[in-house]
Amino acid sequence: MKKIISMDEVTSIFKDGMTIMAGGFMGVGTPEDLVTALLEADVKDITLIANDTAFIESGVGPLIVNHRVKKVIASHIGTNPETGRQMIAGEMEVELVPQGTLAERVRAGGAGLGGILTPTGVGTVVEEGKEKLTVDGRVYLLEKPLRAEVALLKAYKADKSGNLVYNRSARNFNPFMALAADLVIVQVEKLVEVGEIDPDDVMTPGILVDKIYVQGGSK
Amino acid sequence: MIQTLINPKQIIAARVAKEMKDGDVVNLGIGLPTMVPNYLPESVNVILQSENGYVGLGPLEGEIDPDLVNAGGQPSGILPGGAFFDSVFSFELIRGGHVDVTVLGGLEVDSKGNLANWMVPGKMVPGMGGAMDLVTGAKKVIVAMEHTAKNGSSKILEECRLPLTGKGVVDLIVTELAVFRVTEEGLVLEELQEGVDLQTVKEKTEAAFRISSAMLIPA
Repeated sequence: MKKIISMDEVTSIFKDGMTIMAGGFMGVGTPEDLVTALLEADVKDITLIANDTAFIESGVGPLIVNHRVKKVIASHIGTNPETGRQMIAGEMEVELVPQGTLAERVRAGGAGLGGILTPTGVGTVVEEGKEKLTVDGRVYLLEKPLRAEVALLKAYKADKSGNLVYNRSARNFNPFMALAADLVIVQVEKLVEVGEIDPDDVMTPGILVDKIYVQGGSK
Repeated sequence: MIQTLINPKQIIAARVAKEMKDGDVVNLGIGLPTMVPNYLPESVNVILQSENGYVGLGPLEGEIDPDLVNAGGQPSGILPGGAFFDSVFSFELIRGGHVDVTVLGGLEVDSKGNLANWMVPGKMVPGMGGAMDLVTGAKKVIVAMEHTAKNGSSKILEECRLPLTGKGVVDLIVTELAVFRVTEEGLVLEELQEGVDLQTVKEKTEAAFRISSAMLIPA
């Protein structure tokens, strides 16, 4: 199966109203070329799942600034003032989720779990509307799984079968988002032949990766 | 280590540093808490955890790697012996009790150990990021903050008014005036900072507090 795709092929994937998750922490580990492709697709009413909304001009920030997002599910929006502005103006819905809970909800979505039980948020506004369970005397919130139609990931290196290696702190949400979407597209800086990445060094197995876009690759 | 403490933030950071033990795994919030390592004695080495996915956070040395940032998004370094991981693992460390100490700033803390530091209704809402998980999971939670708000009002309250980050989570409060321990019976004043008298602390603290028996014995 040929996994390498062009920028135009990436652009053609997106539809109005899609739920899309994107890796990255304040833009680090976010596939910015794939974000650009999504912008060029000119689709609207996206539900975006990401750790944060990054900055006005980087990470997933431009998706917010260009009004492509109907709802964002994130742990932090403070570095992109446009997110807060649209939220207060009622132009976009924002669901704030504690970072560890967000990570676990995505993991649950990719792991076939019906949710996770976490003590995080008990006694705060985060618990509102959620089921509480007591296990061995401790109170937990039931947090439901998150999945997306498309996951946009960033890795440093892939082989042609999609085995991935991440670099430094750019790993963050990428490895477990690879399990939690119907279609997984990864942007890589470097593409190598199958067999060139030692199986012990693979961080995300290629069976999870549907499409690979190589940075600086064909339009 | 021999540094003149000239401003409240330095006084607070230097006092927090005394809480660290050699080998502690420590997570520091953005801002004032990041000053704490400057005041550690040479005999105390702590391992800093960065919630975006690594242990061994260190100062930036040499060239900036755009893939290596701290939890505030600033270019950073990693020390020999450090390790990178994804955000699920990072919050397993945090929630699972593998972080010995976290130091966070605060907008309000109260006599029950409640902490509010993530939003001010009606103003911008940055989001909780990893703070709710940190206060829930770290073995020891230290709030490092100035004693009063800019308008002079006490930040140490009988009961928090702002939305909580965590309920009953704070162990120690360190300000430029005093150190309080949170107990089941309320706050206990453990120390006055150098040159500060008890009357000043009473005037600037809304919450009732007891005075530690250790303080009542003249040195």
